Amino acid sequence: MWQELHRELKARNFSVLAVAFDSREGAARPWVEKAEPEYTVLVDRFHHVAELYNMVNVNQAVWIDEKGVIVRPTESAGAYEGFRQANRKTAQMPEDVAKKTGDAKTTYHDALRDWVAKGSASEYAFDGEAARAHLSLPTPNVAEAHASFFLGQYLIGIGQAGEGGSLVEAASRLHPESWAIWRQGAGLDQRGLAAKADFWERVDALGDKKYYAAVDMKGMPQ
Amino acid sequence: MVTVLIDNKILEVEQGSGAGDQLWISTSEAERIAGISRRPDGFSKDGAILPAPSTNSEDFLRGDEIDLAAVWRKMNKPALSDASGEVWVLGASAGERAAVLQSLQAPDFTLPDLDGRPHSLSDFRGKKVFLVSWASW
Repeated sequence: MWQELHRELKARNFSVLAVAFDSREGAARPWVEKAEPEYTVLVDRFHHVAELYNMVNVNQAVWIDEKGVIVRPTESAGAYEGFRQANRKTAQMPEDVAKKTGDAKTTYHDALRDWVAKGSASEYAFDGEAARAHLSLPTPNVAEAHASFFLGQYLIGIGQAGEGGSLVEAASRLHPESWAIWRQGAGLDQRGLAAKADFWERVDALGDKKYYAAVDMKGMPQ
Repeated sequence: MVTVLIDNKILEVEQGSGAGDQLWISTSEAERIAGISRRPDGFSKDGAILPAPSTNSEDFLRGDEIDLAAVWRKMNKPALSDASGEVWVLGASAGERAAVLQSLQAPDFTLPDLDGRPHSLSDFRGKKVFLVSWASW
């Protein structure tokens, strides 16, 4: 998914670093081998990076400069809600929705290019005050959820699926905004995606709320 | 023996036992795995003094062992175990995670690639990094 951007920009002191929130042993491998990414892909069994950066979904991203400073905190990486308006059997989107989905991706990728070219002078790189204003910070329940998730996934990994599964469910109740925790614990369809009927019920229950939190970026379709 | 999950690591602790909501660990092991040191007036971690979990020292001290779960909870950090008391997670508080984010210094982490080789975010220092989450599901 990020291959083209990585190829285009890697000679300019830039790297994509992908982290797979995948607790199931070996789950990431076939997808990664098929994509043959030239960037580093890490496997995060316990969603540690989600805890550190308060991420709740994929694809979410953080922009980090050469000195290790966050210049855009956790946000949806150019995703648009289009899938919610797609035909659920064929995944076909109405034309205008497909266009917005494409525009969201293009806008986000162009913003990344601008940052790589201009650094802190890019209008897309926040200064300290703006970066802090865009942070989403964890609550005590979120901290408890990550502890419960860590313990639950460890127990599942050593064969204690019953107790482990209960702890993962408890984590999801403590942190209902996290699609990553919920989908990791959910059943998979025949494509290997956590997109069975219970997923769509949960999406529909969002109502007017977003699945991918809105990105504060000029030109981003809302 | 107990297994302690802390800071994304899985640690085996020989001299440790869980009982209910208590995690009894030798003071040397508490220092090794969690950086908790005993002081005459309580405990310290990373140079900061921690108040004792209770005015009654018998509640959290037993010979050379301390109830690490009680010390942990006193810091408002999550401490929970499985039903057997043999596996514990000692988590981070919302406040400490938030403080790191508010510093805007990207928190470092080390994770394996598909071949099990570890990589750290800090290995990329000197480059712009687009850190992006992904999942098979």
